[in-house]
Amino acid sequence: MAEDKESAEAIVSEVHKKIRAAFDVFDHEFNKTVDVREIGTIIRSLGCFPNEGELHDVIAERLTVNRAYVHEHREDNNGTYLTKQIEEEEPTGYIRFEKFLPTMTKVLMERKFRPIPEDLMLQAFEVLDKQKKGHLELEELTKYMTQEGEPFTQEEMEEMLSAAMDPDKNLIFYKDFVSMMTVDDPR
Amino acid sequence: MGCGFAKSDKLKKPMRAALLIQRWYRQYVARLEMRRRCTWNIFQSIEYAGEQDQIKVGQQTHIPSIAGKLHIHMTPCDSFRNLISHIFRENNICRNVDWERYFCYKSIEVPKLYSGPHLSFPITCSNAAELVEAFKNKQQLHSRYVLQLLGETWRLLRILPNISQISTCHSKEITICGDLHGHLEDLLLVFYKNGLPSSEKPYVFNGDFVDRGKDSLEILLILFSFLLVYPNDVHLNRGNHEDHIVNLRYGFTKEVLGKYRLHGKKILKLLQKIFSWLPLATVIDNKVLVLHGGISDTTDLHLISRVDRHKTSVTPWLTLTLTQTLENMLWSDPMPQDGCVPNEVRGGGCYWGPDVTEEVLQRHNLTLLIRSHECKQEGYEFCHNRRVLTIFSASNYYEVGSNRGAYIRMGPDLVPHFIQYQANRATRALTLRQSVGRTERSALRALREKLFAHKSDLISSFQEYDPENTGLISLGHWACAMEAVLRLGLPWRVLRTQLVGDTLDGMLDYHLWFRELAITEPNTELSNASLLETMYKHHSNLETIFRIIDTDNSGLISFEEFRQTWKLLSSHLQTEISDEAISDLAVSIDFNKDGSIDINEFMEAFRLVGGDLLQNEGDPH
Repeated sequence: MAEDKESAEAIVSEVHKKIRAAFDVFDHEFNKTVDVREIGTIIRSLGCFPNEGELHDVIAERLTVNRAYVHEHREDNNGTYLTKQIEEEEPTGYIRFEKFLPTMTKVLMERKFRPIPEDLMLQAFEVLDKQKKGHLELEELTKYMTQEGEPFTQEEMEEMLSAAMDPDKNLIFYKDFVSMMTVDDPR
Repeated sequence: MGCGFAKSDKLKKPMRAALLIQRWYRQYVARLEMRRRCTWNIFQSIEYAGEQDQIKVGQQTHIPSIAGKLHIHMTPCDSFRNLISHIFRENNICRNVDWERYFCYKSIEVPKLYSGPHLSFPITCSNAAELVEAFKNKQQLHSRYVLQLLGETWRLLRILPNISQISTCHSKEITICGDLHGHLEDLLLVFYKNGLPSSEKPYVFNGDFVDRGKDSLEILLILFSFLLVYPNDVHLNRGNHEDHIVNLRYGFTKEVLGKYRLHGKKILKLLQKIFSWLPLATVIDNKVLVLHGGISDTTDLHLISRVDRHKTSVTPWLTLTLTQTLENMLWSDPMPQDGCVPNEVRGGGCYWGPDVTEEVLQRHNLTLLIRSHECKQEGYEFCHNRRVLTIFSASNYYEVGSNRGAYIRMGPDLVPHFIQYQANRATRALTLRQSVGRTERSALRALREKLFAHKSDLISSFQEYDPENTGLISLGHWACAMEAVLRLGLPWRVLRTQLVGDTLDGMLDYHLWFRELAITEPNTELSNASLLETMYKHHSNLETIFRIIDTDNSGLISFEEFRQTWKLLSSHLQTEISDEAISDLAVSIDFNKDGSIDINEFMEAFRLVGGDLLQNEGDPH
């Protein structure tokens, strides 16, 4: 049993180190904080596949609200001091590592936001390819990506097209695209 | 109706499919961003570690510091001391008039066969424009014109103040460019997008025109020619690379000697004077301060404007208070924490915080500090509550695709507008994935070379974690050892996947790993393996010292000078190298067997297959 506890501790310790390493990459000033806008990148780089909504929830619910207690002193008519605790939000914009670590550990240990297997990806593209042509037209894909789900920005769309589209034919051969992206994974 | 249900089900499916694709793709982009960020960190840490080495070399050879800073095991002999003091002795006996005679171009004839541009003086704006065209077409300016142009520049700079005051009256917009580092393509791109300098189009160039890129001299000649034509509308601020000592290491000296074999030495000497006379800062409308590096808590512009700038070295090993202030102007970097601390990363200047910015700006009644000195991915970046702005104009600085360049346009409202660009059409056609991949491969190559150079130290460090000599260590220990030896502050665990292949149950066979790093060993006939490794590790320093010693820039040093160089370096490294080993080495390196050593031939031995990344001489492709 002691062994199990040790190995559990070892696992958690490894997870902590992984999280720390990813966090450090974005900790430009070596002061254990990162810009909140980089949190999504960090979480994803640790192998998680949240969608934008889920990401927003993690950040909003668990990371950004830092409570500080301030005592407000007021005199009442009898000259006695009244104190009141006010919860104040720390300025947002930066996430501290102490806050990030437990949240992220939980995410990893609970295996939230699991990766999407390659065949599921293929199926998703096939759903959009109504006529079963084996490829998607530029306008088709653009319409879906920029109007449905959690729409891409123009920049995201352009970047995806530059990677996915055959520039001569303006077609996206999604089977190749999916394999290429999956092979790219260095892990 | 039934089909209503089915229809809504069908409608849902594309939305869910789209969601899935978006989720998957965004994950991919995040992973790329992580890799890009790591790559950036690699380049930056190697760059700054290199600069720090450079400064340490300077510290070694400056006579007053030797006793204090070096722990010399042997007393350098008198002849060596004389040699070193000769190199650094400022020749105050020569007056400007004597120098002008030395730099005279008049005896140099331009042959009829010369097809490059001809300059006439006083130089006109069409001359300057012609020069730009000529360089665009890869022509070279004849040394006569080079010396003439530089001579005129030197004369002009001597009458300019330390701090230029300019104004945006008459609704003039001012253009401000940051580091160019010999990237002629970027300067040409800026001129193409923004127009050539003129009285309607004033420019400020904020230092670091030279080193690293391969067209540093051409950039200088263009900037100087516009300076001569429009002295009130073109402003040059000195950067930390406008320094002949720094140039010895970072490529500019080599570039000039390579392009001008006959007159290169003279040109370099004249440039040394010109650099010392470059103004230090520009102030726009009494509100915006523009200088290359930054400030410190002791920055006092009134004091600075009264200094004899050409007599004051800005190279970071003179520690007099006044020169420290000037050094700070060219070497410092901003930091997010309050305060002002020495800049340990670069080894020169300081790190200054937002409180210092506020105090200095308020004290001088200024609203904005514009500086350069640090490469930024988007070409520019604000910090310190938007009171400090970094502008960097060399795109693809670390590698093709690594970053954009940018310049500022600013009108009488003093609000900066940014124009970004990336030279090299190929870059724009690269996808994010390809440009990250390419930059990453380049960074990893540079990193692997460093690993090779520190092989014995790394192996010893690994062995400390492997007391039973199994040949295996855990990945955690691997990461610790890597950082302890290399001190680059890199995220080793994240980089692990790129550097380490297979592991057995999370344990790394480190001997095997080194063999698999697959770097071709340098090609030499030298037999002493540990000596070779030491030399390789310090070859940049070695080359710098050689060039310092080669006072007449002939490219050759004598056996005695070679021996003395080794002694100096080995004392600094605190390694024991016997006289005999050095003599044997000298003899074996004398490839020509003529009793002297050709520096270039010697350094050839350390060129690895795959490029001169550690030399940083420009586009490695």
